[in-house]
Amino acid sequence: MMIKIENLSYVYNPESPFETKALDNINLEVEKGDFVGLIGHTGSGKSTLVQHLNGLIRPTEGRIIIDGIDITKKETKLRAIRQEVGLVFQYPEYQLFEETVYKDIAFGPKNLGLNETEVDSRVKKAMELVGLDFEKIKDRSPFELSGGQKRRVAIAGVVAMNPKVLILDEPTAGLDPKGRDEILGEIQNLYEKENMTIILVSHSMEDIAKLVNKIVVMHKGKIAMEGAPREIFKNQERLEDLGLGIPQVTYFMKKYKSEGHSVSDDILTIDEAKEELLNYLRRRDNA
Amino acid sequence: MLKDITIGQYFPGDTIVHKLDPRVKILITFVFIISLFFINKFYPYLLVLGFILTVIKLSKVPFKYVFKGLKPLRFIIIITFFINAFMTKGVELFSIGPLTVSEEGLYQAIFMALRLIFLIMGTSLLTLTTSPISLTDGIEKLLNPLKIIGLPAHELAMMMTIALRFIPTLLEETDKIMKAQMARGADFESGNILNRAKNLVPLLVPLFVNSFRRADELAMAMEARCYRGGEHRTRLNEIKMDKIDFIVITIMTIFFGILISTRYI
Repeated sequence: MMIKIENLSYVYNPESPFETKALDNINLEVEKGDFVGLIGHTGSGKSTLVQHLNGLIRPTEGRIIIDGIDITKKETKLRAIRQEVGLVFQYPEYQLFEETVYKDIAFGPKNLGLNETEVDSRVKKAMELVGLDFEKIKDRSPFELSGGQKRRVAIAGVVAMNPKVLILDEPTAGLDPKGRDEILGEIQNLYEKENMTIILVSHSMEDIAKLVNKIVVMHKGKIAMEGAPREIFKNQERLEDLGLGIPQVTYFMKKYKSEGHSVSDDILTIDEAKEELLNYLRRRDNA
Repeated sequence: MLKDITIGQYFPGDTIVHKLDPRVKILITFVFIISLFFINKFYPYLLVLGFILTVIKLSKVPFKYVFKGLKPLRFIIIITFFINAFMTKGVELFSIGPLTVSEEGLYQAIFMALRLIFLIMGTSLLTLTTSPISLTDGIEKLLNPLKIIGLPAHELAMMMTIALRFIPTLLEETDKIMKAQMARGADFESGNILNRAKNLVPLLVPLFVNSFRRADELAMAMEARCYRGGEHRTRLNEIKMDKIDFIVITIMTIFFGILISTRYI
């Protein structure tokens, strides 16, 4: 068991007129090797939840156990937890601060107290993993890069800490479709090749459907639904009630089926849809 | 840590104090500060206290809020108190080690501390009952006559409005960047002063960069809406003096007259 959350609640501005309950009795387990998609409407508590997972916020109530260590205890060393659990914030490019890309990515590993050679190899590897050319970019200022590249540098800064769990809060927000696909591809790479457990916060059903093997839907600080993508997307109505939806291509297949074509509507990606449609057309032509 | 900052905090309401012309309120506060320094004995403080309590009562601002304004300045008040208590020469009252407290010193210390407390409470009542927008409107109108000597009144007021508007945004952003750097193992809480200052670099650089970016965007957005500064600019809600404003001015003139004259009798 990688992450175990027990009865977690969090209240913003307690005992003041602005008191709001951001998280309400959350129970969640994430296994090693999971790729979890955390979805929910703006203000549903996604970001608050993920900030708990590496000790940036202390819960009002409840416990969080990561790799057997209760991180909500006062005496737990948070630095160790932050090495285990890497968190990439929303719009992470706004946190870049060093003169060169290299120095910025090295910030995390250096804070872990690693030696020069280890830092060097970590930076190299992290840049490679997020698709940045080490030799070309390492000495440039992070502020003169393009938006997509800046975001990669910022993600590399967290990846270089070599966390076992990587959490990304809306990593594709504000990127163009190409940049989005590239970043998602790199995240998948981290999952498959580096064996990181990944939690991806997003409200794009398309992004999530393609990648994850488990979906957690949040609504008003509570977990509304939890399960495999196919299970979750079967509940189209419930998702729409929560202000969410299912992937466009799933909508299409459902509609196509309802018009009397005998296809499966259990489809999550364009590739699956293509396969299913071709099969269907072939079946129909042969008949 | 960041939650304690209450500069310019406004407590919305619909009372006579809130509705008073901001120019009148600013001037009253101004004269209030001056007359506080005219006071040289204790009993006029009763008048001041009465005035502050009346305003609090009329404005329906919870007393807690007015009191909260004192919190960030508590050290200044305490230091003022002790410096006055220990440094004033006179008839010895008691002594702690090498430090002696005289009768005059104690008197002076209480006097000064009270002056500071009233000063802060009085001025925070202005910001508590006046929205930042009408406050800057008032300042602009008051500074208008100085345009003749080339003072850019409107631009100053606009700068103030923008600065006030962005305080909460900046605080939120600071919190976010701090957390993001902490997630990368940055440490803002331990070490000696030199180290701590050095550790602030990962916080300050992005904060500055983002502020410049934001300023640039705001300027562009204002330009896109044809903002052209103070010349020929009209407003939706012109501030103007009412009967009640003149009544308040009259009452306050008499009040401050009495307050200041206590110095000479």
